[in-house]
Amino acid sequence: MIFAAIVAIEVNDLLSSVVAVGAVGFALCVAFLILKAPDLAITQLVVEILCLIILIRATIKRDLPLVIEGRWVFNTFVTIIFIVVFLFLSYFVFKELPAFGQPIMRVANLYLNEGVLKTGSVNLVTSVILDFRAYDTLGEATVLFASIIGLMAVLRSPGRKGKGKV
Amino acid sequence: MVNNKAGMTLIVKTITRLTVGLIMLFGIYIVFHGHLSPGGGFAGGVIVALSFVHLMLVFGKDFAMAKISRNLASNLESVGALMFLFVALLGFLGGSFFHNVIAKGKPFDLFSSGTIILSNISIGLKVGVGLFAIFLALVVLEMAKKE
Repeated sequence: MIFAAIVAIEVNDLLSSVVAVGAVGFALCVAFLILKAPDLAITQLVVEILCLIILIRATIKRDLPLVIEGRWVFNTFVTIIFIVVFLFLSYFVFKELPAFGQPIMRVANLYLNEGVLKTGSVNLVTSVILDFRAYDTLGEATVLFASIIGLMAVLRSPGRKGKGKV
Repeated sequence: MVNNKAGMTLIVKTITRLTVGLIMLFGIYIVFHGHLSPGGGFAGGVIVALSFVHLMLVFGKDFAMAKISRNLASNLESVGALMFLFVALLGFLGGSFFHNVIAKGKPFDLFSSGTIILSNISIGLKVGVGLFAIFLALVVLEMAKKE
C-alpha cells in the first residue's frame, strides 16, 4: 500500500498514477477486512470502483505529463518544516491516548450490551449509525445532497448553450 | 437490440445483458439486509449506481438515458433525501427526533428493526441515484465539449 502510494506520486504518466491510486484503495479494503470491519470494507470497495471508473474516463482522453518546475527547493523546505511540526505535536497527542486495543468503553458498552434489545437490529454498526447516532447520518446525507446539487448546477451550463443564450 | 454502433463489442454486450440484473439485485439485497449483515444503505446504493454506470459504459449514453433520464434521477434523489427526513420527523410520534417508533419485531427477521430499514432504503435510493446523476453530468459535459 505504501509502495503503491509512492509510485502514484512519482510516476510520470497520469494513467499509471490513477492505477496506483486504485491499488492503494484496494489495499485499504484488505486492511479493513484484517481489522474486522466488513461494513467499511464493502463501502470502500464499491466507492473505489466508482471513483476509478470516473477518474479513468476523465484521464484517458488527455494524457497530460506532470509539470514539475519552479520553486521546488522552497516547496520541499516548507513541506519538511510542516512534517516536523506535525510529528512534534502528535507526539504529545499520542501520549494521552489509551493503548491500542484497549479503548475507554464508557458509551460504547451501552451500545454493545443493549443494542439488539433496544433497536432490534442484529448488525450493531447499522444500529449505531441509523438509530443511536442517526443525527450524524442526517448531516452526512445533507452534505452529499448539497454537493450533488452544486455539481449539477455547475455542470449544467454547457448543456444549456444549445437552446439559446443565458 | 438497440443501436449496434454505440458502445462496446457484441461479446461485452451479451455478457452485460446477463449480469447487470444480478448486480442490481445484489445492490438491492444489500440495502434491504443492512440491519442483518454487513453493508447498508450507502454500499448498496453505490452498487445500484455501478450497475447503471456499467449499462452506460457498455451500451452507450442514449440507452442508459432512456432507462433513467437526468430529471428523473435528480427527482428521485430529492425523494430519497425527503424520505430520510420524514423518517426522522416520524420519531416525534415517540417523543424525540429519530425515535424508533415502529414495532421492533424479533431479531434476524427481514422486517425487524423499526425505522432502520426505512432509513436504509431512503439512503440507498438517494446515494444510488445521486452518484449516477454525477456520472451522467460528467459524461454529458464531455460530450458537449467535444461538439
